[in-house]
Amino acid sequence: MRTLRFLLQKEFRQIFRNRALLPVIFIAPMIQLLIMPLAADYEIKNINISIVDHDHSAYSRQLVSKISSSGYFVISDYGTSFNAAFQQFEKDKSDLILEIPLGFERNLVKENEQKLFIAVNAINGTKATVGSSYLSRIIASYNADIRLEMTANPRMNPVPNIEVPSINRFNPYLNYPFFMVPGILCTLVTMIGVYMCALNIVKEKEVGTIEQINVTPIKKIHFILGKLIPFWVIGVFLFSVGLFIIAGLVYGIRPLGSIPLLYSFLFLFLIAVLGIGLLISTYSETQQQAMSIAFFFMMIFMLMSGLFTPVDSMPNWAIVIARLNPVTHFIEVVRMVVLKGSGFNDIKYHFLIMTGFALFFNGWAVWNYRKTA
Amino acid sequence: MRQFLAFVIKEFYHVFRDPKSMLMLFGMPIMLILLFGFALSNEIKNSKIVICDFAHDPASQRIIDKIEASKNFEIKKFLYNPRQIEQAFKEGNVKLVIVIPNHFNDDLLHLNKAQIQVIADASDPNTANTLTNYVTNIVMDYQQEITPSNDLPQKINTEIRMIYNPELKGTTNFVPGVMALVLLLVCVLMTSVSIVKEKEKGTMEVLLVSPMHPLMVVISKAVPYLFLSIVNLSVILLLSIFLLKMPINGSIGLLFFESSLLILTALSLGLLISNGAQSQQQAMLISLMGMLIPVLLFTGFMFPLENMPLPLQIIANVVPSKWYYIIVKSIMIKGLGLSAIWKETLILLGMTVFLLSVSINKFKIRLG
Repeated sequence: MRTLRFLLQKEFRQIFRNRALLPVIFIAPMIQLLIMPLAADYEIKNINISIVDHDHSAYSRQLVSKISSSGYFVISDYGTSFNAAFQQFEKDKSDLILEIPLGFERNLVKENEQKLFIAVNAINGTKATVGSSYLSRIIASYNADIRLEMTANPRMNPVPNIEVPSINRFNPYLNYPFFMVPGILCTLVTMIGVYMCALNIVKEKEVGTIEQINVTPIKKIHFILGKLIPFWVIGVFLFSVGLFIIAGLVYGIRPLGSIPLLYSFLFLFLIAVLGIGLLISTYSETQQQAMSIAFFFMMIFMLMSGLFTPVDSMPNWAIVIARLNPVTHFIEVVRMVVLKGSGFNDIKYHFLIMTGFALFFNGWAVWNYRKTA
Repeated sequence: MRQFLAFVIKEFYHVFRDPKSMLMLFGMPIMLILLFGFALSNEIKNSKIVICDFAHDPASQRIIDKIEASKNFEIKKFLYNPRQIEQAFKEGNVKLVIVIPNHFNDDLLHLNKAQIQVIADASDPNTANTLTNYVTNIVMDYQQEITPSNDLPQKINTEIRMIYNPELKGTTNFVPGVMALVLLLVCVLMTSVSIVKEKEKGTMEVLLVSPMHPLMVVISKAVPYLFLSIVNLSVILLLSIFLLKMPINGSIGLLFFESSLLILTALSLGLLISNGAQSQQQAMLISLMGMLIPVLLFTGFMFPLENMPLPLQIIANVVPSKWYYIIVKSIMIKGLGLSAIWKETLILLGMTVFLLSVSINKFKIRLG
């Protein structure tokens, strides 16, 4: 026990002595947590639309004003040349083109039917679907308007109408940072844990000081604990600052669920993640190696965690990878407990899986460590 | 020149001598492109939902059939007790509950008006919004089915054409984005340690007393990574064409030229970090902790930049991959030429020149 205490003292001193590193560990993640959620907003608004109006009639103007007042669209240009509109398209200055043909009003009145042409920039499939469905809906409602004007008695409207009112639970104002802040916090804590832990041990190998420790009567377990505990403490500290100060004070997110429950999961998660860092360090000889391996896994951890894209939408093989990713479970649990107030019973499987991860990674690391060092 | 060549060769040896790093350097981009190219998409599919059908009539059944047939939804269970709805949400995987009230069909037939209620888990606002939209579309679809359409007056039809990506594949958007992300980060990471490593080990002094100009010392460090990155780029492009079925509608030569430009920008940035950092650890943490999330968000393939608050849109302009992403989309997908992307090209070029000159300046100060 005394050995461990001295080791911890040494480790903490080494971390805090490195003035250049402190801002990277403590300040950079918090600044990112402060700013990044503002950037991570999927809500599709301000879709740029080019309108090509060959008709210039009262009807076409009504339709255009209906589109511009809908709140979804910004009319980026309004003209009579499809080619000019298409150039806006190529420059990414507009996402949709609506072409109103010549004779739009006349045909609607006389022939009772008219076609509108819509071109969509579909490189981003989601934006294309959402944009075109908003526009179709505006056109349909415009269509209903002019039909009502024409029909003598609105009660004779033969179209059956199904309303679809919706209720938004847990986040009624659809506040996007509510969803992103916990997720980004989770990845930042993971990054610090994995990188710091992996680099720290390899550094001793590269500099050669690990030999000195190996010849002292320090037990392996003490050495490993001495390495893990400081980063575990830093992880818990960062998570707390992120959760209570930035998420709580700045973004107004108050955890609905139990905080002890949240922290017990955090403790477990950090053990698992530090195990990964330890494992990486046992397989690498230089900091550069450790870093490239850690970066590789971090990219996968991050992009396949459901942080930005939903796990359910992935192909089956990718869902398996996502489920084998501890960060997926961490983000899910933090979002559930913080935003929905889920209790232990709702997340008990995540606990079980995370315990498995913690045992697996640390066990593997310790086993491999004995052979190499 | 011969001296310079000797330096470059020495750097190549350094790189090739470390097989583990080499493996990562090559294997990583390939794995990442494949993984993300296939797995990532903004689409929302297979969302688990719960249905409370209190009506149990032909109309409600027809709508449920339509929902079941949609790839966006996976009906997890049917519930009849409103109290269980809360629980279903808290367990985490139910995204939406659809409630069809009693007498749904009767209301529709006799009153010409009926209601379907949607309760969404809005802790994820985007999913909630999108799924609600999908349900509304399905219901509208059904509504049109039961409407006698032929005799409707003043009908506006719409013809929608999806340009550039008619099948609405996620790959089309994500591959250029992941290319930009991976090329930039890998290059920065690799070069950022190169100089600081020599400093840390003390071999920098040896380099500085050599008769080479410091500029050449810096450049010779970047050459092997430039070479490796171009090989990497070729592999990435082959994979995207043959496995991910990405089109290359524009000129491949131009794409290579622009990619080399991005690589140069990234290498200069890496060198700058390397010059400023005191230890490898610091250099790596700066290039990863500091860059991973910002680059991911500001490249523009995850979240549309034009939605961001103005200050963030301005910050995004200094992220090189943002410009490269526009360039790749223009060349690969839109098939445009240099005349459409000269501005982005100049910006990348400007960044490279700026970063390189700053790192060289810093480097000289060290000499004195």
